[in-house]
Amino acid sequence: MSLDTETVRKIAYLARINVPEPELEPLAGELNNILGWIEQLSEVDTDGVAPMTSVADMDLFKRTDEVTDGDCRDKVLANAPGGNDTFYTVPKVVE
Amino acid sequence: MTQLNELTISQAQEKLEAGEISAVELTQSCLDAMAANRDLNAFITETPELALERAQASDDRRTNGDGVGAMDGIPVAIKDLYCTEGVLTTAGSHILDGFVPPYESTVTENLRDAGAVMLGKTNLDEFAMGSANVTSYYGPVKSPWKLDDGKDRVPGGSSGGSASAVAGHLGLGAIGTDTGGSIRQPASFTGIVGMKPTYGRCSRWGIVAFASSLDQPGPMTKSVKDSAIMLQAMAGHDPKDSTSAPIKLPDFAAALTGDVRGMKIGIPKEYVIDGMPTEIESLWQNGAEMFKDAGAEIVEISLPHTKYALPAYYIVAPAEASSNLARYDGVRYGLRVEGDSLDQMYANTRAEGFGEEVRRRIMIGTYVLSAGYYDAYYVKAQRVRTRIAEDFTKAFEQVDAILTPTAPSAAFAIGEKMDDPLAMYLNDVFTVPTSMAGLPGISVPAGMSAEGLPLGLQLIARPFDEETMFRAAGVLESQAGFDAKPGGLEEV
Repeated sequence: MSLDTETVRKIAYLARINVPEPELEPLAGELNNILGWIEQLSEVDTDGVAPMTSVADMDLFKRTDEVTDGDCRDKVLANAPGGNDTFYTVPKVVE
Repeated sequence: MTQLNELTISQAQEKLEAGEISAVELTQSCLDAMAANRDLNAFITETPELALERAQASDDRRTNGDGVGAMDGIPVAIKDLYCTEGVLTTAGSHILDGFVPPYESTVTENLRDAGAVMLGKTNLDEFAMGSANVTSYYGPVKSPWKLDDGKDRVPGGSSGGSASAVAGHLGLGAIGTDTGGSIRQPASFTGIVGMKPTYGRCSRWGIVAFASSLDQPGPMTKSVKDSAIMLQAMAGHDPKDSTSAPIKLPDFAAALTGDVRGMKIGIPKEYVIDGMPTEIESLWQNGAEMFKDAGAEIVEISLPHTKYALPAYYIVAPAEASSNLARYDGVRYGLRVEGDSLDQMYANTRAEGFGEEVRRRIMIGTYVLSAGYYDAYYVKAQRVRTRIAEDFTKAFEQVDAILTPTAPSAAFAIGEKMDDPLAMYLNDVFTVPTSMAGLPGISVPAGMSAEGLPLGLQLIARPFDEETMFRAAGVLESQAGFDAKPGGLEEV
């Protein structure tokens, strides 16, 4: 499987990373290098092997479903760029 | 006489308890060393005022006879991947510009509760993605180890600032994080002890996430005993991280009995790789001899899927990173680069905010998770990961611990391997399999390269059996008697 510039453009869009047109082709080359090296995994016989879902052999700890935090609007908003004390702000999305 | 900053944690504890030194003196000694060695670029943010304040509070606790914690008055450096309340936290990235967390990570809170004194936040590869500490937005970190060729060496990565800080005696200890080797490989490069606990031993809450199924905090110290002391203060179950293990902590330092008689140490034959310098192989053989001399039994073992761990890692880790790093969108914190639309603002912010290696890994991760490729890449890698874990499970039916080199080379010069991502990835070839299987691993300085740089050996143990790992590491440490000193430090 080899990536062409069209696929790289699509991945860049999915990842929401702006990649200027002239950089698409060199980036495709770099990514193909890495993916080509990853191809060696096809040598491993994984028939009937379950994909790992948890590295630790234990059940996840469950806690009571209750509110443990809150009332911290100012703290939550303290680091927001875009300047508004009570809301996050973004460019207009509804015309 | 030894400067205070050159003490180990356990030595400093004795002197503090005996009233020979104060926490303020000890902390000031580290702050002076930090100021004299800013050229290493080990810290992104220094917190001298906070440090002296906490040191004074520690001294007050001792004077007043209040209860003191397990690390009371011990000055340590914190990798800038841990969120620290009221102190800038950058992850080495432009995209977290100005981010001041309103909360404290569980591990740093545990250390603070134990009385430890934070000296500052150490430099790292951006989002912990790298093996040389050259991808930081805040510039590369230099190792205090210098040769007379005039070239600066990398400290390894991603916890390179923490490694340089400990090797350079800027702190008595430091904390790092390890996803594929980010504590152990820099420990090997800088001649210190670096350990990654079992996945789940420490809470990941409040650590800037890279790859959630692999990330694990761990101590970086001057001795194995210090490693055990620090892990004790860091670890434990945390209700805020459901993957942190709800099991009682053993007494890690008590495991350092110095006795490995009858212990079975495995030597995996697959850890000999093409192009590995012969000095690494000899170091490894020497390590095995040391264990034999101490009464352990050396057993040859096989971990047949070793060579597939690294390529599988470079699917799993970028996949998880692409999900974790989706949160950096210019809306809630950090950098914002305006755009004509919401999508444009996201794309502009992320293009400018992320460095080249981080962008590359997000792209790989996005691709392997995308429709049509998920099974071929991601699911395949997770199946391979099961195979890798099975290899270790089988090996541990035969042996108690496994001995390997930590890294395939000594530290290289800053600037080398920069234009070849795959060459850089190979630095972690011996540490990644342990990470993929969630096992504890520790790097212990064991010798010097021919040109005069430190080399480490890695010990790996069963899940949640850090005690056996520490016991073996303590013996390796005393047998190896590593006492070389870095030459590139400024005296205070």
